[in-house]
Amino acid sequence: MSESTSDPLKGYKGRARARLQELGIRVWSDVRMVNSAGSLFEGVVLPRSESFDDLHIVLKLKNGYNIGIHVDRVASVEEIGYKEAVYKIPEQEFPSRPDLPNVTLLGTGGTIASRLDYRTGAVIPAFTPGELYGAVPELADICNLTTKKLFGVFSENMGWPEYVTLAENIEREIADGADGIVIGHGTDTMGHTAAVLSFMVQDSPVPVVVVGSQRSSDRPSSDAALNLIHAIRTAAYGDIAEVQICMFGPTSDRYGLLHRGTRCRKMHSSYRSTFRTIGDIPLCIVSRDGFSSLTDDYLHRDASRRVRIDTVYDDRVTILYYYPGMRPNLVDALVEKGYRGIVIAGTGLGHVNTPLYPALERAIDAGVHVVMTVQTLWGFAQMYVYETGRDLLDIGVVPLDNMLPETALMKLGWVLGHTDDHEKVIEMMRTPINHEITEREPHNGYLILQGGLPETDEFVSSHWK
Amino acid sequence: MPDAIDYSEVGLRVGLEVHQQLLTAKKMFCNCPAGIYTREHDGSVLRHMRPTLSELGEYDGTALMEFKTRKNIVYLLHTSNVCTYEMDDTPPFLMNPQALDIAIEQCLMLGCDIIDEVHIARKQYLDGSIPTGFQRTAIVGVEGRLPFHGREITITQVSVEEDSCREVSDRGHLIVWRTDRLGMPLIETVTGPDLRTPDEVEEAILLVGRVCRSTGHVRVGLGASRQDINVSVRGGRRVEIKGVPRAGWAPGLVHCEAVRQINLLNLRDELRGRGFRESDDLGIEHRDVTELVADSPMDLLRAGSWERYLDNGDQRSDLERGSGPFCVRAVRLPGLGDTLSWPTQPNRSFADELRGRVRVIAGLDQPPALLHSEDWPREASATNELDRLRRTLGCSSEDGLVVVWGAEEDTLTAAEEIRLRFLDAVDGVPNETRQPFADGSTDFERILPGPDRMYPDTDSPPQRVTRERVEGLQASLPELPWSREARYTEVGVPTPVIHYLIRRGGARLVDAVVELSGADLRRACFFFGERLKGLRRAGVAVDEISDERWCELFAVFDSRPVAWEAWQSLVERLVDHPDIDLQNLVEEMGLGRAPDGWRERVAGLAAELRPVHPDGSEDQRRRFLMGRAMSELRGRVSSTEVDAEIRSRIGAEHE
Ligand SMILES: [Zn+2]
Repeated sequence: MSESTSDPLKGYKGRARARLQELGIRVWSDVRMVNSAGSLFEGVVLPRSESFDDLHIVLKLKNGYNIGIHVDRVASVEEIGYKEAVYKIPEQEFPSRPDLPNVTLLGTGGTIASRLDYRTGAVIPAFTPGELYGAVPELADICNLTTKKLFGVFSENMGWPEYVTLAENIEREIADGADGIVIGHGTDTMGHTAAVLSFMVQDSPVPVVVVGSQRSSDRPSSDAALNLIHAIRTAAYGDIAEVQICMFGPTSDRYGLLHRGTRCRKMHSSYRSTFRTIGDIPLCIVSRDGFSSLTDDYLHRDASRRVRIDTVYDDRVTILYYYPGMRPNLVDALVEKGYRGIVIAGTGLGHVNTPLYPALERAIDAGVHVVMTVQTLWGFAQMYVYETGRDLLDIGVVPLDNMLPETALMKLGWVLGHTDDHEKVIEMMRTPINHEITEREPHNGYLILQGGLPETDEFVSSHWK
Repeated sequence: MPDAIDYSEVGLRVGLEVHQQLLTAKKMFCNCPAGIYTREHDGSVLRHMRPTLSELGEYDGTALMEFKTRKNIVYLLHTSNVCTYEMDDTPPFLMNPQALDIAIEQCLMLGCDIIDEVHIARKQYLDGSIPTGFQRTAIVGVEGRLPFHGREITITQVSVEEDSCREVSDRGHLIVWRTDRLGMPLIETVTGPDLRTPDEVEEAILLVGRVCRSTGHVRVGLGASRQDINVSVRGGRRVEIKGVPRAGWAPGLVHCEAVRQINLLNLRDELRGRGFRESDDLGIEHRDVTELVADSPMDLLRAGSWERYLDNGDQRSDLERGSGPFCVRAVRLPGLGDTLSWPTQPNRSFADELRGRVRVIAGLDQPPALLHSEDWPREASATNELDRLRRTLGCSSEDGLVVVWGAEEDTLTAAEEIRLRFLDAVDGVPNETRQPFADGSTDFERILPGPDRMYPDTDSPPQRVTRERVEGLQASLPELPWSREARYTEVGVPTPVIHYLIRRGGARLVDAVVELSGADLRRACFFFGERLKGLRRAGVAVDEISDERWCELFAVFDSRPVAWEAWQSLVERLVDHPDIDLQNLVEEMGLGRAPDGWRERVAGLAAELRPVHPDGSEDQRRRFLMGRAMSELRGRVSSTEVDAEIRSRIGAEHE
């Protein structure tokens, strides 16, 4: 993410750009600027964010504060120097010890660790082992680390081609003898990636751990370092050879949870403890001190097992989030645009309104695969319970029990890469690969404590959140 | 105060950072109510702070220190005053525009130039006082001026920022913070280093306070304004005395800090005289002596005492512990004898400088934090112990010796901090933040951070401040305190009363009442600046009476001057019955109207009370009569008239 130095007026447009040109100064000029009120400002001209207005020039003052000066209020300016920020992260060699396991960190673009450029406030991602060692030196006590930056995209820009690249790299790293693989990922679509990798990477001999952070690592209170420590520990020593998400358990700095890739969802836009296993319990607690398994029902680490990589897909799939009053032409439009699979996130046990039935029937007749999940997230699509559900079953909408809508979407795209035969598609969708459908929902698989109740508040006030 | 010094000769320079909470309904970056304080909590979180590296791959000095302390940080939460923003689980909302308006208004009062586009910065704090690890702050105004004793104090900058947590406890590796105050908007007014004597510092604090308070848009009361005082003498360095709660503390604190810096400079000269120049000259070494003192008669040096200190029955004591087993560590200070008892502040010595670092940075806080050879416990058995330790460490008579105890890793940190503090001593006065005490002394709080800890807040867009907005606020600005002071002085109001009125917001009310009810300015000043004080002290909620009610009251005084004498009972009635109809009340009490036959009533009282004080003087009797009569007639007949009537009655008796 190095700054382009080609434009000496980076980010400035319109009037501000013209004024800077007129004044003969540029970004990184060290200036003494006097405004029309006679106030003197000494500092460095900073690049301006493209999305800001064209009326102000930004200075970083000597005391570290930034201010914006209106272009019309600049009375005089004197350039006394030029201080271009150098974006360089010092590296220290990541120590290697033969007695430690080998872990590979695959980067997708999320900044797990980073350094700050104090001059501009830019966050410089730390990624190479040397850079990471400087930021999180504890890692060297856990493993020998290799890193590979696969792409630099925000989490929301991840998509099918990226999933394929990830899966192929996992295959390569396993072949090269990695004892565990960590994937650094933005949190927004982490659940989607973990789900699709659960289908593309099967029978892994080693853990595949997806990790990120909810508070970026340029903040002292960041969860990034601890998440990374937990994830790397899991990859190096954990026994769960599945695709799993490793993120904070509580919002306190205490321990991380390992969630099964197919059953995990981001449930809060900003909390540290945002990831939750839905309809089941997490796999394991991981802390600095070690692991504490919550279940034995998982694929155990076995170096001799051969991984199966299966990366085909068809991205002509979508989620239809049902709402009252939905008009049938929405379904027609999807069919018309060539969508091959529709995951409905239906109400209650898996319902949509009656006017939609003919449109769904038309879609299915046209060979589109329509499956049903529930927008309540917890619970099963049990369409046989009510008349309306039974009608949908008759039309050919297939219930996916307690598969999460996003997991269903990823799986449907992956399945359609294999076959377009309806029977086969439905059979594959309804046959769980890794707990995306479970037979039983334990009573503690659904726990949303209701705050305000005396017993909840008593519990919450006596435990760290 | 000991050690009289000539402040100009030692080159005393003092500047202020005055923090003043703003009176807003909500907090600065979230929609929580401001000013709701709680003693209880209904949730808590545990966090740690990790320093972020600068672009040079170096940690900010403070950051490094804070990281060394490896603090467990607990935040106490209450749903009534914090949301998920305060616990750093939700990004900031847009800056409270009311806070920015008040900040701009304050800047204008201070004569500042307003910044066109306000950029929110993060100022790193790793002590845990803010859960994010940084304070959101923004410069709003620069280059202000305040008239002061015929010269000017410069206002370098005014920033608006979010307030921090309140500390609940700090023991060992655990610090606990209450979050109620966190996020309340405040302004920080930074002055130039323009103050030259301790007394000037107090005056300047009060002056800035009067400016802030004359708008009525700032909070008053305990903790609503706090100041940091930056002190240096020639050859010394800036030391920040942080969070001084009262202006009255300033003279003592500034004096003591000046004395401290002079003493530290003398110590520097002494050390240089002994040949110490740089790090390599300090041959400080340390050794684990736990075994040696395992059977010591000195309780402090045994594991049991430390365990008892830690395990005070608090279930969280595990978080207070450091790493490693109990350890006693002796530190030999070659050639540094007689420096530990070197005086610094009144009643304190250089050993206390070491103590501060050991306590804060190493977290070894069992009093007295360390023992040293120049102030060793006097019991005979203890003296033997010192001799044994000196022998073991190979101390010569020129050497000093310090002993620390606690978790092993912390004793190592302590030994290193002791070395670093001596290294600072060779250099003179270290940049520090110090904690103030009422007696003028201070103790180490942290290393003073540099500008490296500032960086832009990527979560908050800059806020444009248009000239129209500034002009609008300028137009409705209240009168400047010095102009108000001149106006009040002119009608004969004493300065302390004026300052009290401005500080406590009474001046605004005085002017409103004068303007709206035509009241006499001097009378209104004394009323709000003097008379009400007594009632307030007696617990009468006079501050709950609205401006409109005060104006109504003064209108009554205007139309019925005699009613003025009954002001106290009127105010009490207004407090007790906020909705009462004042005109009816006045009628009911008969105020301003002399009751029929009042003269006869006075005559009757005079006759009745004749025997009460048979031996008393005429004066005594008259006063007593006056009291009785006025209790019935106050507000109805003027006291002058009643007095005249009594005098004439008594006079008549003699005829
Ligand atoms: Zn809040």
